[in-house]
Amino acid sequence: MPRVPLSWLGEHVALPEGLTAEALAADLVRVGLEEEAVHTSGVTGPLVVGQVVERTPEPQKNGKTINWCRVDVGPEHGEVREDGGVGPRGIVCGAHNFDVGDRVVVALPGAVLPGPFPIASRKTYGHVSDGMICSARELGLGEDHDGIIVLSRLGFDDAQTAPGTDALRLLGLGEEVLEVNVTPDRGYCFSMRGIAREYALSTGAAFTDRGLPAGDQADDEAVGDDTPTGAGPAVELDDVAPVHGVPGCDRFVAQVVRGVDATAPSPAWMQARLTQAGMRPINLAVDVTNYVMLDLGQPLHAYDLARVAEPVVVRRAAAGERLTTLDGVDRALDPEDLLVTDSPGGARASRVLGLAGVMGGGESEVGPSTRDLLVEAAHFDPVSVARTARRHRLSSEAAKRFERGVDPRLPRVAVARVVALLVEHGGGTPDADLADVDRTTPPAPVRLDLGLPGRLVGVPYTRDEVVTTLRAIGCVLPDDASGTTDGTTDGTTGGTVEVQVPTWRPDLTADVDLVEEVARLRGYDAVPSVLPRATGGRGLTPGQRARRAVADALVGEGLVEVLSYPFVGAAQLDELGLDDEDPRRLGLRLVNPIAEQQPYLRTSVLVTLLDTARRNVGRGTTDLAAFEIGLATHPQPAAAPAPTPPGGTRPSDEVLAAVRAAVPDQPRQVAGVLAGARERTGPWGPGRRVDHTDAVAAVQTVAGTLGVPVRLVADTRAPWHPGRCARVETADGAVVGHVGELHPQVVAALGLPARAVAFELDLDALVARLPAEPVQAAPVATYPVAKEDVALVVDAAVPAAEVTDAVRAGAAAGPAGDVLEDVRLFDVYTGDQVPTGTRSLAFALRLRAADRTLTAADTAGVRDAVVAEVGRRFGGTLRA
Amino acid sequence: MPDTDPAAVPAAVPASAPASEPASAPVAAPVADRPDAPAGDAAALSPLDEAGVAAAVDAALAAVATAGDLEALRAARTAHLGERSPLALANRAIGTLPGPDKAAAGKLLGGARGRLGRALAEREAALEAERDARVLVEERVDMTLPADRRAPGARHPLEVLQQRVADVFVAMGWEIAEGPEVEAEWFNFDALNFGPDHPARQMQDTFFVAGAERAGAAGSGAAAEATSGSGLVLRTHTSPVQARTLLDRELPVYIACPGKVFRTDALDATHTPVFHQVEGLAVDRGLTMAHLKGTLDHFARAMFGPEARTRLRPSYFPFTEPSAEMDLWFPQKKGGPGWIEWGGCGMVNPDVLRSAGIDPGEYSGFAFGMGIERTLMLRHGIADMHDMVEGDVRFSLGLRGVL
Repeated sequence: MPRVPLSWLGEHVALPEGLTAEALAADLVRVGLEEEAVHTSGVTGPLVVGQVVERTPEPQKNGKTINWCRVDVGPEHGEVREDGGVGPRGIVCGAHNFDVGDRVVVALPGAVLPGPFPIASRKTYGHVSDGMICSARELGLGEDHDGIIVLSRLGFDDAQTAPGTDALRLLGLGEEVLEVNVTPDRGYCFSMRGIAREYALSTGAAFTDRGLPAGDQADDEAVGDDTPTGAGPAVELDDVAPVHGVPGCDRFVAQVVRGVDATAPSPAWMQARLTQAGMRPINLAVDVTNYVMLDLGQPLHAYDLARVAEPVVVRRAAAGERLTTLDGVDRALDPEDLLVTDSPGGARASRVLGLAGVMGGGESEVGPSTRDLLVEAAHFDPVSVARTARRHRLSSEAAKRFERGVDPRLPRVAVARVVALLVEHGGGTPDADLADVDRTTPPAPVRLDLGLPGRLVGVPYTRDEVVTTLRAIGCVLPDDASGTTDGTTDGTTGGTVEVQVPTWRPDLTADVDLVEEVARLRGYDAVPSVLPRATGGRGLTPGQRARRAVADALVGEGLVEVLSYPFVGAAQLDELGLDDEDPRRLGLRLVNPIAEQQPYLRTSVLVTLLDTARRNVGRGTTDLAAFEIGLATHPQPAAAPAPTPPGGTRPSDEVLAAVRAAVPDQPRQVAGVLAGARERTGPWGPGRRVDHTDAVAAVQTVAGTLGVPVRLVADTRAPWHPGRCARVETADGAVVGHVGELHPQVVAALGLPARAVAFELDLDALVARLPAEPVQAAPVATYPVAKEDVALVVDAAVPAAEVTDAVRAGAAAGPAGDVLEDVRLFDVYTGDQVPTGTRSLAFALRLRAADRTLTAADTAGVRDAVVAEVGRRFGGTLRA
Repeated sequence: MPDTDPAAVPAAVPASAPASEPASAPVAAPVADRPDAPAGDAAALSPLDEAGVAAAVDAALAAVATAGDLEALRAARTAHLGERSPLALANRAIGTLPGPDKAAAGKLLGGARGRLGRALAEREAALEAERDARVLVEERVDMTLPADRRAPGARHPLEVLQQRVADVFVAMGWEIAEGPEVEAEWFNFDALNFGPDHPARQMQDTFFVAGAERAGAAGSGAAAEATSGSGLVLRTHTSPVQARTLLDRELPVYIACPGKVFRTDALDATHTPVFHQVEGLAVDRGLTMAHLKGTLDHFARAMFGPEARTRLRPSYFPFTEPSAEMDLWFPQKKGGPGWIEWGGCGMVNPDVLRSAGIDPGEYSGFAFGMGIERTLMLRHGIADMHDMVEGDVRFSLGLRGVL
């Protein structure tokens, strides 16, 4: 994100004396530019200008020659002599690129250079070195460490560099740099020009637009104009495959500058600013183009003219073409990539110079032998650039700006600025003619109902306020827009006008965009707080209520709710013993998972919950009762991809149905795991360890809370113990989950306490079976209860649930009518007293009639009916 | 009107009424005694012997008074009022007396037995009260012993917080909407005005879905049926629920949607690839940014108390215009009240309404979204995101009781 050195910003807009980065940030955030960070150079004083008054080379034993220097650092910082006077300081310096009389930068003891590298007086090579003469690199001003900075060579004159002058200020090192976050709609704020404009809009400070062509303003410093040219380098725009019908390039400006010392270092002030802005200084040609880009927002490119053969052609890539970009990467080009090419040996457009608006190629790069430059500034289609940058994963500074939109009127101005800087600092001569192929069209005007801002924002802006604000951002409105010539008399509402939006605001395409401009510049603080009246809601849905109730019920049973990431890997499914054909192995794979080992979305919440259980036990929670409610994803094996029709218009019902159908089924599941002690040992007596009944109880808690009856049927399924697992069925026979003790191998693999148990239920399936009609209350009978116990000997293979059903059915069919209030299985016996292969199930019956006291004959009748039914269904007998 | 005279209230019946025979029951004396029973060793007491009777009563009263516990009292009763006691025998002998003496003897013995009976009852009540009090003392337990036979359960704090959020909106007459976590790109982006080449779409750190694939055994090199063009993503925000809501529901709509969202941030102290947002959407005739501000302020106060409020800063989201970042003045912020970044909001972009076939000339709306995790962290001093997402039960248990 752009970094704003305050002094640089001050060249575009009047800044108050002493403005801090913090204050600037406060002014900018009001209009939507948020502070990202405040950067400093890392250099703290004292750093002063010194003049070398003595330089004595002293060869050393190690073969090096050091210079013992006396440096005049002014009266304030000089060395105090014995006579009380102040004289030059003694400093040892290893560099040789300076001489007596040169003005240099001296870090005095107490200064800190980036590193951090504190400066102190120290004894070295037989002298006390009382400071340090600095190189550009030591100050963080660039990569140049061939020698120390000689200020005159950087363009400073003697008047600016009196000995003792504060060099922090001179070099801009004391400055704070504000980094701001620019939202995607504000491409123009990737420049000093744009940020200065926003500062002016926020504060009313005087703003000078240095990006306007000369004809647009009466500013002597303005450069470049929009007058058509027919000369200059031959340039052809030849896009045969525009994206969305928008030509990839609609403007291309090129100018030649000859005899430039292109690889010389750029001036120190420019290097300093580039460094402050977060870019690395390289050489004059590169630095100047970067500098102007940072200043105005126009990406630029400088080619070695000797390596460019006219005509320059902008075209789409052909299949199979390749390019090695400036970053040294060889790239296969896509036919949708827009290229800048040239025509060596007369072969038109045969050589690729660069990816248009993204990055140049290495071949035409400016090098040591470069003398003549071709400077390019163009306007490329944001979508085309965005696609190329994305395709090649190349988020360059140029691409960042083009994909957000660059002012199409900037190229001439920017080229003129570049040429002027090259001439000034590199000594070249520009060709008189330049090429400007301009196929741009003015932005489409936006029709705005001047009452809309007030209606949408809820602030009664006057027409005058609306019009004034829009003009301030550069919009052109009819002269009478703020008047009442349309016939309204109050001057506050009504009237639709055509607004010509400025070329640097390609984001302003609809009336609501202009509404936002009015709202943000008049201040969001002006928006009142009014609570709307909703039209009357129906409360939570049954499903939402059910989910809460289930969670609360499980918490009441002592389970702790946890959340886990839905990402799983094949290894986890292997650990749980899922066989190769298990449908739960069919998962959605992510293109870019967080961890390559976990690229799938869970198909079962229990899988990730068990991983969570492993972590808890590993951390010492060996008595564990946890549950999770979350979504699992159940993809169709060969689902059609989801269509992506364009936004901004309602797709047809067929397309919408296809979009919805492509979204996989995502049932909400509740899963639980229990391990270790279910009840604790304490002063009350011994505790009890978890067993499968705890998981079954949890399932019954869930089902009971929802009022959906379920039954268990023995089943075999990973990751459960094959003999201790049941599926959970609803009355209509649907399988809604599984419950039981975990397989001993799974328990071992996960490191859980032995006999850990688990359950998993499809909450959506249960919710779908919530009673549709209100449950009817049974009258509470007040006649006495009759208790009857009956023990039945049944084949041991018959499930207790089925026997219980038979008991219930038998009792209901007894001669006394349905007087069974409750039945509980209270004991199971196997052993000597019953035949081998059978077991005795003892039931406690509570019988009660609604209308009379039951007689002994009644209860005996029920008992006989129960025995008869169990006998009929399973051959069971009354236990002797 | 004078207060009720306490003396006029009948005295309460003693709590421990005599448990033995009634105080005056000469005629109800045990009938099982044989009339010819021997008088025992003691010289028989004549029913007319006033001094003898008085002496027997005194001896009996002394025995009752000195009985130290209910056992001793029972012995005293047997000795002095039992069927073989002198007084009982004398009473029985009344029947043998001539007529005129019967009345005198009856009166003498009746009074004696009555006095004795009352003394017994009083003593018995006193001893029973003493015993009951002693039992209670003996049954004392240490009430401070632990009672946590079963470890407690707890909701996850993020779920509790989302529930509260939902309650606030339901109380305002809004409804709670939901949507899938694996979402069509169209709902997540296009319908919300994020075009395919929009820079904002690239900035969303999206998890893209390749497609369905069989998660093979490790090392088996399962054949990748996966394609890269599934048109699906893990929703990067709860905002696709806006598009679904506008397509599915009748206008006007006022809905909130808490839920999970996904971004490709690696887990660290302040980032997590899976986190929670709450989305709000209102579309009605005549809604303005002032209604947005009013809703946010109300929500802030409902959640964080009367001091809470919001402020808006200009920002950009493709699906709102105008757009704003919202800051929350957070009274419970650890380390003192202050502004925190809370989320994004704005007026629903007309293109979003058009994507759902709604005429932006007739309807307007506002939308907002804010993170749940951040609120929880700031409120409860949670320094590290890991604690919230790793599923350690100690985290849920540590915030048990936070409602």
